[in-house]
Amino acid sequence: MGPRDGVSSSELRDGPSLGEEDTMRRLERTWGTPPGLWGWLTTVDHKRIGRRYIATGFVFFLVGGVLALLMRLQLAQPENTLVGPDRYNQLFSMHGTTMMFLFAVPIMEAMAVYLVPLMVGTRNIAFPRLNAFSYWVYLFGGVMIVVAFLMNTGPETGWFSYVPLAGPEYSPGKRTDFWAQMITFTEVAALAVAVEIIVTVFKMRAPGMGLNRVPLFVWSMLVTSFMVIFAMPAVMLASSFLIMDRLVSTQFFNPAEGGDPLLWQHLFWFFGHPEVYIIFLPALGMVSSIVAAMARRPVFGHVPMVLALVATAFLGFGLWVHHMFATGLPHLASGYFTAASMMIAIPSGIQIFCWIATLWDGRPQWTVPLLFVVGFVVIFVLGGLTGVMQASVPFDLQVHDSYFVVAHFHYVLIGGAVFPLFGAFYFWFPKITGRMLGERLGRWNFWLFFIGFNVAFFPMHLLGMMGMPRRVYTYPAELGWADLNLTATLGALLVAASVALFLVNVLVSLRAGRIAGPNPWNAGTLEWATASPPPSYNFAHIPVVEGLEPLWDKAGPLGMVHGLRVEEREVLLTTVLDAHPDLREPSPRSTIWPLLSALAVTVLFIGSIFTPWALVWGAVPLAVGLVGWFWPKRRHVPPEPVVES
Amino acid sequence: MSSLSRNAVSLALLGVLLLAACEREERSYRGEPVGEVKPGAIVQGTLYAGAPSPPPPQRREYEGNAYHVSEGKRLFEWFNCSGCHAHGGGDIGPPLMDEVWIYGGELENIAATIVEGRPNGMPSFRNKIPDQQLWQIAAYVRSMQREVRKDVAPGRDDHMAVTPGEQNQPVTPPKPGGVASPSSEGRGP
Amino acid sequence: MRWPPAPWGRKGRVLPILVLAACSGPQSMLDPAGGQAARIGVMGWILLAGCAFVYAVVLLWLLWALARRHRWVEPGGVLPPQAGVERRLTNGLVAWVVGTVLILFAFVAASYAVDKSLTHLANREEVVVEVEGKQWWWTVRYPDDDPSRSITTANEIHLPVGVPVRVKLKAADVIHSLWIPNLHGKMDLIPGRDNELFLTADREGIFRGQCAEFCGLQHAHMALDVIVHSRAAFDAWKEAQLAPAPAPADEALARGQALFLTSACTMCHGIRGTPASASVAPDLTHLASRRSIAAGALPYNRGNLAGWIADPQRIKPGNHMPLVGVPPSDLQALVAYLDSLK
Repeated sequence: MGPRDGVSSSELRDGPSLGEEDTMRRLERTWGTPPGLWGWLTTVDHKRIGRRYIATGFVFFLVGGVLALLMRLQLAQPENTLVGPDRYNQLFSMHGTTMMFLFAVPIMEAMAVYLVPLMVGTRNIAFPRLNAFSYWVYLFGGVMIVVAFLMNTGPETGWFSYVPLAGPEYSPGKRTDFWAQMITFTEVAALAVAVEIIVTVFKMRAPGMGLNRVPLFVWSMLVTSFMVIFAMPAVMLASSFLIMDRLVSTQFFNPAEGGDPLLWQHLFWFFGHPEVYIIFLPALGMVSSIVAAMARRPVFGHVPMVLALVATAFLGFGLWVHHMFATGLPHLASGYFTAASMMIAIPSGIQIFCWIATLWDGRPQWTVPLLFVVGFVVIFVLGGLTGVMQASVPFDLQVHDSYFVVAHFHYVLIGGAVFPLFGAFYFWFPKITGRMLGERLGRWNFWLFFIGFNVAFFPMHLLGMMGMPRRVYTYPAELGWADLNLTATLGALLVAASVALFLVNVLVSLRAGRIAGPNPWNAGTLEWATASPPPSYNFAHIPVVEGLEPLWDKAGPLGMVHGLRVEEREVLLTTVLDAHPDLREPSPRSTIWPLLSALAVTVLFIGSIFTPWALVWGAVPLAVGLVGWFWPKRRHVPPEPVVES
Repeated sequence: MSSLSRNAVSLALLGVLLLAACEREERSYRGEPVGEVKPGAIVQGTLYAGAPSPPPPQRREYEGNAYHVSEGKRLFEWFNCSGCHAHGGGDIGPPLMDEVWIYGGELENIAATIVEGRPNGMPSFRNKIPDQQLWQIAAYVRSMQREVRKDVAPGRDDHMAVTPGEQNQPVTPPKPGGVASPSSEGRGP
Repeated sequence: MRWPPAPWGRKGRVLPILVLAACSGPQSMLDPAGGQAARIGVMGWILLAGCAFVYAVVLLWLLWALARRHRWVEPGGVLPPQAGVERRLTNGLVAWVVGTVLILFAFVAASYAVDKSLTHLANREEVVVEVEGKQWWWTVRYPDDDPSRSITTANEIHLPVGVPVRVKLKAADVIHSLWIPNLHGKMDLIPGRDNELFLTADREGIFRGQCAEFCGLQHAHMALDVIVHSRAAFDAWKEAQLAPAPAPADEALARGQALFLTSACTMCHGIRGTPASASVAPDLTHLASRRSIAAGALPYNRGNLAGWIADPQRIKPGNHMPLVGVPPSDLQALVAYLDSLK
């Protein structure tokens, strides 16, 4: 709690009457996080939470990568006995689970938690305490599943855990229950962030940033957040059904009692396919940011780009059945999903065209972020095209569940999400830390990754067509798959070396990287208008936006609004469409309650793996946590309409 | 209790829980060689002379392991135990989910009953069921009357629901095996 | 009856050297041996050609965009969009979208056409095979109106060449998927559902199928052999399968049979013509006529059979065949008896 100068000081507002130094000093006191462990545990600053969200997500990326390496070593030669079937099944289940639920979705949302408030020009994210809660829930869920895995209780039925294999009869013990509750943890966290992003984008944009001036990254996160809100409940429902089948003997998935194993597949893929776009759309936003800055011009076709994002989001919900062509659906139904699945190529094609057009007309700056973007186009387009091939029912019947599919989705997910993400790391690292990442190591990082990736995954297309099914822990030598598998393993080692180089680069650059300054790339969006790293209050004065790339559109300093309190946490709310100043809204201070509530939720979720009574008794500490969280504050400042702007 | 020792106690408790988890989840396909199964002592009453002897190692290995119990459940069907005992409720063979044990209800008693056979219909499965499978079936039978931990006992199966799954059976107070003779229960031949 | 060793058995180490050569094989979609697989193969080549064209266009566009002479801009400066260029690029975008839509239309049309031609091949049947997937092997039945003439075997499908076959698919426990790439795409076996697959093999040969839906510990070792032979050979095979197991011809075999019948084997396995009638594990009546044991885990021969019985959990850890612990002296007699079940 920052000291206060007196009763009247809470009425102090930024503006010409207050000196610049004084404003910044008071804002820092108001918005800063208390020092020490207590501050670390209680902070609600979106930048601090975003930073640890990103770091945690990256740690899970490394965990998932190590698991993948172990799998590749096992498959390096036929009839290998490095790991047995039980351990191997846990490895690939954990790999998929970690990469999808603990790395890909959270790290995209983490980038948004850090960047979106800066990009829209506000002081903090909407619902900052919910944001802290989301991080803790995610962290505890992730730690839970990793600890479970280390104790031989890791998931064993793959990242989509088809019933009845994942049901009570065929997956004894608690392995699958831990997996199902991990889903609940991560989806609660993801839904919370989605709500924050939507409200931040709709209500907290800087004055003047009408919807037509919202940067593409922010658009992509907005669309993604809506997808999260519509997709995640399906999988939470499915995982809750599963844990109920396993724990209290409900019959959702038991055909003998009127349940249906296909119900699981429909519910899972109704989430699972949009999930791919939930991972991929934020990456598209990152690519747009990088392309604009590196081509030295705004992205060509802003409106088609936004429409393509929205179209992708809508179409993404209409093609889940293409994961189920081999289940024996009626031909008419699968025919519809063939057409729908192919249609998704249209918006993707538009975006690819627009980026290349931007590079064509601009002047590409050959920096590491741009390298990763070019790598993204080369790899992702190939993955997208094999995806189009699989939309065809007859062809899919052959390649479905084979290594062809493994190759396809790694091209799409690594090419489409991880390459842009690494580009984004290089691009925004100076903003987050104040120092540049090394370019030389960065180039090594990129080329090793690019070559290693293709060496690892291209052979898998052939393996799939040569009949190798996915998720086999070994294979006979006679089928001639050995050499391609060995090649893939070597490629995986190259990728590992590349990621290790990246880590070295980060560690070295954190200490000795070139000081970045506020806008090292001379980019145009608002996050570059403030210092690197940004102060706790983000902007001393809320900027006024007059175009799509505010820092490019205006030669001089940005316009600004005055009148927000400096001794109280206060943010400016604007109207949804045109971003006219609307209200001043108090923003919460640091608090321990989100952490305590997250701990209570953790106890409840983990307890419910073992007994349904955990829902009853676990609700008590959770209620205490929430009561503490929402206890009315004495010094509550009501929202006020803006008088002047 | 000082806070230090309280911490130590909770840490120890956590350690025990973790160990239990590891034991629960192990998948052991071969089983340790346990030698020939001796007919277990048939307990006739609740009076013992001296301290009870420590439980044999198989008990921990099989009763604490979800995989073994679940394999036992599968074999219970495969070997047609249900033909006489139904799904534990009893038919022409005695029920297995109540607390009444004619020849003892401890793991080794049940294993011995399977190996030796018993008068009035229970055949001997000597040399017909390998050791590990024997212990697995016995452990499963123990789970029918909730004598194994709840997080180890099987859930519902994927067939017509006869019982809600062994982990959800109503709780009966555990009793040591063999409280009643066949005749006193009126289930004699 | 013995089948010649698989063509891939010997060449396994040589083939991969030539990737293209490696693509043909007993379990490859690139080497179709049936009407369905051939049509899907055509579909695959259409898609591949179209996608390769699109990929080439994208890469060329990218290369041009990166390598052309760009407008000059001072460091840190910004290039304003020029109206004329934007208009040209917009036209390019429209053409791009139109091109995408046209190609996708062609793909969808081709896909529907191939799908339809597959439907035309379906619903014609002369032979019916029932395949039931179990953890981790396949029961194969040839039902007949006369129950005494229906056949049950395991992990091996025999098909007559050129004859449409209806494969009925059922699952006993979890979801499996039958994939015989040389003949057709895959179809899932789902508990509580009945699926079908129609196959017509065009040439004789020995192919390999495998479970394609992850089904637990031994998913990797859940394969089956598909043997396509002439109608006459197929009928002969059926007749041979109909016969009960031959009686032991000599003392040693009789001892082996006695061992089988008094040991744990009979708890799970059945042999027609003997008291062994259990059916939870593969029927062994004609075990020695099959090409492999343990669902494709090992080629069939006496040595492998002995190794398998001695320690099945080493070869296929977690599978449902337990370690029985047959003493070595008995093992030889047992294997000799089983090897007589042609």
